[in-house]
Amino acid sequence: MSGTSHHEATERASMTDYVATDAPPAAGAHLVDDFTPSLLDIGEHSLCPGCGEPIAMRAILEAIEAVGAVSRAIGVIGIGCYTAFSNNLDIEVLQALHGRAPSLATGVKRAKPDTLVLTVQGDGDMVNEGLQEVLHTAARGENVTCFMLDNGVFGETGGHMTATTALGQRTKNTLDGRDAAQHGFPIRLSTLIADLDGAAYVARGAVNNAGNVARTKKMIRRALETQEAGLGFSFVETPDAPDYLTSTLAPVHAPGVLKDVRA
Amino acid sequence: MPALLEGSEAIADAMVAAGCRFFSGYPMTPFTEVLEHMAAKLPGVGGTCMNAESELEAVGMAWGAAATGTPSATGSTGQGLSLMQESLAELTYAAVPLVVLNMARAQGDYWQATRGPGHGDARMPVLAPMDVPEATELTQIAFHLAARWRNPVLLFGDYYLAHTSTSVSVTPLGLPPVAADDWSLDGSTSGTGRARLVSPLGTTKRNDRGGYDLAEHYARCAARTEEMLAGIDPLVETGFTDDAEVVVVAFGTPAKYVRAAVSRLRAEGARVGYVRPITLLPFPTEVVAQAAAGARVVGVYENNQGQMVDDVRLAVAGATPVEFIGRLSLDGSGFGIAPDLDGGYVRERIEELLA
Repeated sequence: MSGTSHHEATERASMTDYVATDAPPAAGAHLVDDFTPSLLDIGEHSLCPGCGEPIAMRAILEAIEAVGAVSRAIGVIGIGCYTAFSNNLDIEVLQALHGRAPSLATGVKRAKPDTLVLTVQGDGDMVNEGLQEVLHTAARGENVTCFMLDNGVFGETGGHMTATTALGQRTKNTLDGRDAAQHGFPIRLSTLIADLDGAAYVARGAVNNAGNVARTKKMIRRALETQEAGLGFSFVETPDAPDYLTSTLAPVHAPGVLKDVRA
Repeated sequence: MPALLEGSEAIADAMVAAGCRFFSGYPMTPFTEVLEHMAAKLPGVGGTCMNAESELEAVGMAWGAAATGTPSATGSTGQGLSLMQESLAELTYAAVPLVVLNMARAQGDYWQATRGPGHGDARMPVLAPMDVPEATELTQIAFHLAARWRNPVLLFGDYYLAHTSTSVSVTPLGLPPVAADDWSLDGSTSGTGRARLVSPLGTTKRNDRGGYDLAEHYARCAARTEEMLAGIDPLVETGFTDDAEVVVVAFGTPAKYVRAAVSRLRAEGARVGYVRPITLLPFPTEVVAQAAAGARVVGVYENNQGQMVDDVRLAVAGATPVEFIGRLSLDGSGFGIAPDLDGGYVRERIEELLA
């Protein structure tokens, strides 16, 4: 073992002979490829490293392009970590209050029926503060699309329990884990929405690996197509957090398409 | 041509005449009939009336519609307005025009109306009609002010206004045009690199100067509010104040009783006058101060435990004693039907000041 270490150290030392770090670069830096989605103004974010929200946002923005509705798109953004995107999008944005986005989306869509209207909210925004709003919007069969980015906590305040937090999940105000006797049971929002007659498309995705990202992108596109077809309320939620949290939430919030009236 | 209309219907007609094409509401007495009339009238003119599932949703829906540049309104009575306060404050920070009705129970919502809405330094102009014909005019002015200043505007009525039937016609006021809409949302700027943003957090985008700066934004909102309040001429009616020894200040329905009582006392030789603020915000401070200057005492009559009296005292600034001569008067329903609204009773209260 010691021999190997010695060998590596020697090789690293010898490599320095070929890289002149004290000389200016011979050519200017250039971008090999720009992966910024075209509907995002600036391709950087200040969210926590490893957060899945940027992946979900990218998927939503790419789906708006894919359904050919860019010049009719209006995003209604809730209050949470993802609010950091609300002034960084190249789609028109109506910034809502915590919990209220589906009502604003309703007003937008009713006043301008030709637009493509979507909300982006978190689990705290949608399942805690705004549960009534999203359920009634779905029950009305409002022809809008709501997206929930579920990280299982109030991320922006520092990681506190929400209504989707899994039993046993430790958060800053459930230090020993969420206990049903003390904190109640998690709400499966997709399941509630799928039971409403006004809901036309309901799916739960995940963005923790490439395969799930591809599946979730299809769900998002299908949701927007459902709205474009005028079929009623469409909804996609996705755990937006790293793999460990996706697996924590997965037993409670299992991925899959719960309802698709076009299927 | 005049028709016999209850106040709620006349106000609905005035809203439609003012261009209102979106209304959302949740039933609550005495506001309910406004919702009924808007539900009946808006579809016929290509508008939408939403039966919201709560006042929170009512104001949210109206916010969304208003953000598309559609003249929009919502409303309730005081309790429902309490639920809407958070959104109304944020609408001022987002510079979204909206007309809000409070068909109040009595006059206990004066502070809610004039000190609100909600949190922070938000303010919204308040118009308080005395009767149905005046309400049809102030409703139109409310839509004009909302569009002119891109701010919520409150029309503050009560049970009597909403439910009294009067021979009335809605006469378009021909208000001046407002600046062309260069801010509202229809999706057409999406994908242009300059997509519009309507946000209570500000309108600077990441690719402008790094994004939201709330200190800067709230300072800008405060300056806008100051400009708005200075830019609206307070509306006020006065009578017999020139040589009045006693000046009575009242607004809304009770002001009509005060005006009648003062007119009779004046005819009998008493040196009494009245001031009726029509805009409660901005408050007609100068007119009140001027009327009070030569008076021995100023009386304030309200159907509450004394709220506008604060603004009268601020206007008079100690120059003349200010007495509160009202009180909360309700029947058992609590809807705002006031046994005190009686010519004889109001006259007695004023006579106590003259004695």
